[in-house]
Amino acid sequence: MGRRLVTVGLTAVLATSLSACVQSQRGEDSGQTMVFGAPGAPALFDPFYASDGETFRVTRQMMEGLVGFESGGVEVEPELATDWTSSEDGTKWTFQLREGVKFHDGTDFNAEAVCANFERWYNQTGTGQSSALSYYWIETFGGFAGGDEPSLFSSCEASDPTTAVINLTRATSKFPAALGLDSFSMQSPTAMKEYEADKVVAKGSGFEYSEYARKHPTGTGPFQFDSYDQNNQSVVLHRNDDYWGDKANLDRLIFKVISDESVRKQELLSGGIDGYDFPNPADLDSLRQQDFNVQVREPFNVLYLGMSQKNNPALRKLKVRKALAYAINRENLVNANLPGGAEVANLFYPSSVDGYTEDVAKYSYDPEKAKRLLNEAGHSDLTIEFWWPTQVTRPYMPDPRGIFNSLAGDMRKAGINVEPVSKPWNGGYISDANKGDAEVFLLGWTGDYNSPDNFIGTFFGSTENQFYTKPAPWGEELANRLDAADKEPDPTKRERMYTEINRDLKSKYLPAVPLSHSPPAIVTAPHVKGLVTSPLTAEEFASVSIEK
Amino acid sequence: MLRYTVRRLGQLLIVTVVLSVLLFGWLRALPGGPVSALLGERATEESRARLVQQLGLDQPLYVQYWKFMQRAITGDFGVSTGVQPGTPAMEVFLQRMPATLELSVLALLLAVAVGIPLGYFAARRQGGWLDNLSITWSLIGVAVPVFFLAFLLKYVFAIEFGVLPASGRQAAGIDATHATGFFVLDGLLTTEWDAAWNALIHLLLPAIALSTIPFAVIFRLTRASVLDVVEEDYVRTARSKGLGAMVVRGRHILRNAMLPVVTTIGLQTGALLSGAVLTEQVFNIPGIGQALSLGFQRQDYAVLQVVILATAMVYVLVNLLVDLAYAAIDPRLRTR
Repeated sequence: MGRRLVTVGLTAVLATSLSACVQSQRGEDSGQTMVFGAPGAPALFDPFYASDGETFRVTRQMMEGLVGFESGGVEVEPELATDWTSSEDGTKWTFQLREGVKFHDGTDFNAEAVCANFERWYNQTGTGQSSALSYYWIETFGGFAGGDEPSLFSSCEASDPTTAVINLTRATSKFPAALGLDSFSMQSPTAMKEYEADKVVAKGSGFEYSEYARKHPTGTGPFQFDSYDQNNQSVVLHRNDDYWGDKANLDRLIFKVISDESVRKQELLSGGIDGYDFPNPADLDSLRQQDFNVQVREPFNVLYLGMSQKNNPALRKLKVRKALAYAINRENLVNANLPGGAEVANLFYPSSVDGYTEDVAKYSYDPEKAKRLLNEAGHSDLTIEFWWPTQVTRPYMPDPRGIFNSLAGDMRKAGINVEPVSKPWNGGYISDANKGDAEVFLLGWTGDYNSPDNFIGTFFGSTENQFYTKPAPWGEELANRLDAADKEPDPTKRERMYTEINRDLKSKYLPAVPLSHSPPAIVTAPHVKGLVTSPLTAEEFASVSIEK
Repeated sequence: MLRYTVRRLGQLLIVTVVLSVLLFGWLRALPGGPVSALLGERATEESRARLVQQLGLDQPLYVQYWKFMQRAITGDFGVSTGVQPGTPAMEVFLQRMPATLELSVLALLLAVAVGIPLGYFAARRQGGWLDNLSITWSLIGVAVPVFFLAFLLKYVFAIEFGVLPASGRQAAGIDATHATGFFVLDGLLTTEWDAAWNALIHLLLPAIALSTIPFAVIFRLTRASVLDVVEEDYVRTARSKGLGAMVVRGRHILRNAMLPVVTTIGLQTGALLSGAVLTEQVFNIPGIGQALSLGFQRQDYAVLQVVILATAMVYVLVNLLVDLAYAAIDPRLRTR
């Protein structure tokens, strides 16, 4: 008897458990609940203090801006404002607001609410002014009230409930597109006041957010906040039945945090989630073969080979930088190391952005020409430190090691001595590369909205950058030209200015080499319908339905 | 016994202080730091410097340490910057500890519940098929890396047959009250049976994976210990006195054979916590093992400090309890 008991041992216990639990692992499925696997935890739910994609992934479903971006594209379209006009000099913007819109707490959305949001942003004090918190305000508007830094924002007037006027201190190419950024979503002034939205304090090495940001985010969107179960790492939103537009199909939308990409895939395969973001490009074919919907977004990013002129004097010579551009085989890189749909980058931004032109220097693969240029520059025995990051994948850089190996191999073929340097992304890579310490490095950018300024303005608009353009004879000139283009109120003239800058960036300056635009994919189960992907990776789930 | 306990508690304090100094210095010697995580990929040198100043990271290390200890005494370990950004580190630890304990306790229970009886029966029928099978099984348990076994279990039971969940602690969206943070217990206390069951089935695969090494150790030790004890004179004496088989087995063999096994179970608790780092990663369990791993990846000083310090304290405490239990089982130790 005893022997028999032991024989069955563990397997008996296991078998009993298994037979009883052959059932849905998703608890009570309402049929219209979607569980989405998110790669990271949201930092908070007040998008103004956020700059990370995982926070915006959640707040985007609950909050809306004055303007938004077209479904599946990057063009600006009306959201909470139905229409807008600008004064001729580009400093006065009048927004006509949508009527009958209410925040989730019942507060009216009107011009006063718009001004309350703008004034909240502009009047940040103390810790709230930290660039770790107000990143997008500083990037877009510059300074705060009473500060030394000039601000783009001047004032906001609520002339009547449906008309809000935003006065700027100068014209900018960023308007009105920048208002579509998630950070500038409209939030309920009542809720922000009640739960002390601005109460953010530095504590130890991080920031503690307000009760509003943790528990009471209040917008106007198709979903509203339900709960954030940190024990189970899932954020639950439910449908806003009073939404002003087309109501969401889903009753509930749940974001489950699964940081490991392979675990996300296994969860989808086992039916624990209905979709996830950023699948490994190597898995796309097998996922398709198993009938999952693999949707590849339009690429809206750029991967570049950065070159810093700080520590390697040879890189201050244009001929050396051009030699590097000729030495690398970008076609091969795109075909061998990047997912399907990736393209060789012509400029520092994709073709959908204003000012794009094909008419620029191309630098097709030519190792012999690279050698010749290095000889002419007196650096036939060039040695460079080539930096690449570890412990990271980015939408524009799905496999840093593979990309490094491909490019380093090309450079060696052109007679360049490559000294590899690898560092963890958050363990020195980003901070040192931004200081200009990396001689040649891999980095990139995903655009926030359709504006050349958001790409090349961010890269080269200041001479204090990772490419160390400050001492270059053209560093200041390039920054001034970008500034002038940004301030130009006439769109036609502005576009021409950006086109010219792009041409010179490739032929005259070449501070870095644009490599590729990679389309990040998103995957959903076959029963998920209606997900429209966004080049900005800013998917909205209101259109999604579950059809089992 | 009291003096012994006080001495061990003193050791706990010293370990904590020494560890906190080492940990503090070591974390700050690592390149990067939380500033990179807070500022993202395009921060200027200026904004970096401003943030470093704002967070007081530019002050001398001993000043930073002193401030840290002053706050730590009140339970304030700062705020997480990478694992659960914006959440106080202590809260992160307290939220995640039950997940790890729940997993470790179940794994240990499995290891004990299977390891001890199997060890006993294998020894009693040395060389038999059960003995050989168990030894082979325990060898595999020690030799196969936990993450590989975890992956294998997941592949077979979650993906291929779809009978158990692949990851997490509970299905997302299930209505459950989390009063204690121990999900199975919470479900039972609140009579939310579905939630308890759901949490339990989520625990099965990771607990089995995690229990393999302690099972192997407990099984082999029990077997060896029983083999030793049955040869002892007092067992022979007990038998010759005509005591019943049950009494001999229970009071004379098993009880004496258990002494080294109890110590080992205590030591295995530490091993379980380190094994949990891998298991929690593979099964996406938001416990302290996952917090450690994410904390290193994202340079989250606050979470790393509290998790490492607290885990060390738990480890020392558990060992203290084991020693006390040992003394309780063996009366000779109490007088030493």
